Amino acid sequence: MRYLGFILLLGLFSYQPGPKFPSKLSEYGLFEGELKNQLPHSGVTPYELISPLFSDYAHKLRFVQLPSGKSVAYNPDSVFQFPVGTRIAKTFYYPMDERKPNGSRRLMETRILSHEPTGWVALPYIWNEEQTEAYLEVAGGTSLVEFKNQQGKKQQVNYVVPNVNQCKGCHERDGKMTPIGPSARQMNASMQFAHGNENQLDYWSRTNQMRDVATSRPQFVSYIDESASLNERVKAYLDINCAHCHNPKGPAKSSGLFLDYRYYGTTAYGMMKSPVAAGRGSGGLQYDIVAGKPAESILHYRMNSHDPGVMMPELGRSIVHQEGVALIREWIKSLN
Amino acid sequence: MKYIFVLLLFIGLSPVMGQAQFEKALQTQLILATDGDVIEVEAGNFQISGSLSLEGKKKITIRGKGMDKTVLNFKNQKTGAEGIKITNCENIILEDLTVQDSKGDLIKTMHVKDIIFRRIKAEWTGGPKPQNGSYALYPVLCTNILIDSCIAIGASDAGIYVGQSKNIEIKNCTAYQNVAGIEIENSIYADVHHNHAYGNTGGILVFDLPDLIQKKGGFVKVHDNLIEDNNLSNFAPKGNIVGKVPRGTGMLILATSNVDIFDNKILNHRTVGVGIISYFMAEIAIKDKEYDPYPTAISVYKNTFERRLGRVPLEGRFAQIYRFKLRFGRNVPQIVYDGILDSTRCGSDGQYLPQHRICVHQNLNQSVANMDAEHDFKNVRRNPKELDCVQEYVKSNQF
Repeated sequence: MRYLGFILLLGLFSYQPGPKFPSKLSEYGLFEGELKNQLPHSGVTPYELISPLFSDYAHKLRFVQLPSGKSVAYNPDSVFQFPVGTRIAKTFYYPMDERKPNGSRRLMETRILSHEPTGWVALPYIWNEEQTEAYLEVAGGTSLVEFKNQQGKKQQVNYVVPNVNQCKGCHERDGKMTPIGPSARQMNASMQFAHGNENQLDYWSRTNQMRDVATSRPQFVSYIDESASLNERVKAYLDINCAHCHNPKGPAKSSGLFLDYRYYGTTAYGMMKSPVAAGRGSGGLQYDIVAGKPAESILHYRMNSHDPGVMMPELGRSIVHQEGVALIREWIKSLN
Repeated sequence: MKYIFVLLLFIGLSPVMGQAQFEKALQTQLILATDGDVIEVEAGNFQISGSLSLEGKKKITIRGKGMDKTVLNFKNQKTGAEGIKITNCENIILEDLTVQDSKGDLIKTMHVKDIIFRRIKAEWTGGPKPQNGSYALYPVLCTNILIDSCIAIGASDAGIYVGQSKNIEIKNCTAYQNVAGIEIENSIYADVHHNHAYGNTGGILVFDLPDLIQKKGGFVKVHDNLIEDNNLSNFAPKGNIVGKVPRGTGMLILATSNVDIFDNKILNHRTVGVGIISYFMAEIAIKDKEYDPYPTAISVYKNTFERRLGRVPLEGRFAQIYRFKLRFGRNVPQIVYDGILDSTRCGSDGQYLPQHRICVHQNLNQSVANMDAEHDFKNVRRNPKELDCVQEYVKSNQF
C-alpha cells in the first residue's frame, strides 16, 4: 500500500500537460543561488501588487520572465497582455513569526503561469519539507502549517494547494486561462529592487520590458491603508479578491454579481441585489448589500464564513480574513 | 512508461486503496484525461474531502458501477463549493453513480456543450434541511443537456435545476424532499417529460428572473409527468426566490413565456395545481430594464387534476393572500393566474392579443381562477372566460 502511493506520485511527476513541463521548479532556471532564497536570475523581474488577493495570510513573492527581447504593452484598464513565452512565478510562504517578516519562513508552493502558444497554463509546484526543491503536483495537496501571527499568537492553517483545474476556477475569462494580478492599477507603485526603490512601471519602461507607458496612470489604493478613503479601499479589495470570478466574463457571471471596481455602486455590484442561486450561502438574508446594515448583507455573511458551502471566495482560503471582513463591515455601515 | 502509468491508475482506483489515495488518483485522472477517455469508477463507498473537477476537456465519460454501487460521499468535505464541478467542456457523459452530502451543490456543470446525466443519484441523506446544499444536479450556462433517469433528493433549493441554458431534455427522473423538485430557470427550449416529482414543496417550476446574463427563458414543454403530493414545508434559506414558493404547489410558472403544460397528472396539492404568475408577485423591486416580468403564451391542457377539499396551509406570504384576499375557502381552484397584464400586448378589449394569451382547456377536474392581483384582488373570478381559449402550441424544440 505504501509503495502504491509512492509509485503513483512517480506517475504524476511524469505527467506532461501538452508541451514538456519540468517536474522540478529548479529546472526553470528562474532563480540563482539556493532555490529557497528566491533570488531572481537576470531577466526575471520581481513585482508587487498594491492590493493583493488574500490567501489564508500567506505571503507571496512574484516574478515575471519575459521571453528574451520581448516586451509587454502598457494598458490602463486590464491585466497586461504578456507575450507568448512569458512565465509568471508566484511563491506562497509563511514567516514563522509574522512580526519578523525577514526571519525564517516556510515556502509552501510556487505556481508557474506559463504562456504557451495554445494559451496560459497553470502549474502548482509544492515545496518539500527540506525546502530544497518544489515538485509539480497537478492534483494539488494540503499541508498543515503553524506560525505566529501579528499578535504573537500561534495560528494554524490547513494550507491547500489547488489542483490545475482549480487554478482555472479563478484564472478564467471567457473560458480561457489568464493572469489576474499584474495590471497598471495594481503595479503603479514603488517597490524595492536590488538597485533601490523605484516605481514598478517606470522601471519596466526604463528597462524596455514595457512599451507605451503613460505618464498619467491609474492606481489602486492599498486596502490596508487606513488613511485612504473607505470607498477606494473597498473597490481595491473586492476587485482583487472577487472580480476575477465576479465579472461579466468570469466563472461567476451566472450570478449577475459583478465586483469589478467599474461596477461600484450599481445593482450588479450587489446594492439591494437579490441572490440567484446562493442557496444556503444567502444565510437567510435577502440582499447582497443592504446600505448601513452589514448584518443583513450576504456579501459580509459569506466573507465571514469558512464553511466550504457558504464562504466566498470559494477557493484559496480556509480561514476568514478578519481585516477584510472588518473593512467591508465598516464600508456597508457607512452607506446610506 | 505510459502503459505502466495507466495500469497504476487502474489499480489506484480500486477500493482497497486508502480513501485519500482514491480521491487523489481520481482527481488526477480527471486532470490527465485526454479527449475520448472513459473514466471508470469502481464500486464502493468513497469519502471525498474536496471538489472533484473536470475542466476544458472533450468527449469524456465518467462512469460508475451503478447507482448506489459507486457512491461518492462529501460529508467531510473541506474544500470546494460543490461535489463535482465540470467546466468549459464538450461532450461529457456522467453515468451510473451516486453522489451525496456535499457542502454546496452536488454536481455543477458550467459552460458545457452536450452534457448527459444518466442514472445519477444526487442526494442529501439527512432528510430535507436548510443546511443542505442548493442544487443536486445543476447545469448552468450549458447547451444541449440531457438528464435521464436521475434521482434528486433533499436539495434546499431545486433537486434538478437547469439555469441560463439552451436545449434541454429532462426525462424519467425522480425528485423528492427538495424545495423544488425540478426547476427550469432563464432557459430556452426545454422538454420536461415522464418525470415523477413528489413530496417536494413545489413539483416543477419554470422561472424567469431579472439581473441575469441569459435574460429570457421560454419555449418549455412540461408533459406526461406525475406531479403529486408536493406539500412539504418550505425549507429554503431565506433570500432565495424559491423560498417564496408555497408548500402544496404542483407547478409554478413565474414570468416565463411560451410554456405548454399538458398530459400531466397533477394530484393532491394543498395550495395550487398550476400557478401562473408575474414577477410582481415576488414583491421584489425590478431594476433590470431588459427584464420581462410577465408570463405570456401559456397553454395548460389535457392534464388530470385531483385535490381533496380543504383550506390552503397557512404558511408564507402566498398563504396570506389565499386566506385574506382570495378567500377560496375549502374549494381551492387547481389553476390560478395572477391576471397582471402587460398593456403593450393587449388589444382594444384590454385582453391579451391571441399570440400572448393564457389558455386553459380540456383538463380533467379543471377549475381556474383569475386573482386580479393587478387591482389588489378586488375582482377574483372563477373560471374566467378570457382563459377559455386554444392557441398555437409551443413548437417542438431541438430534441
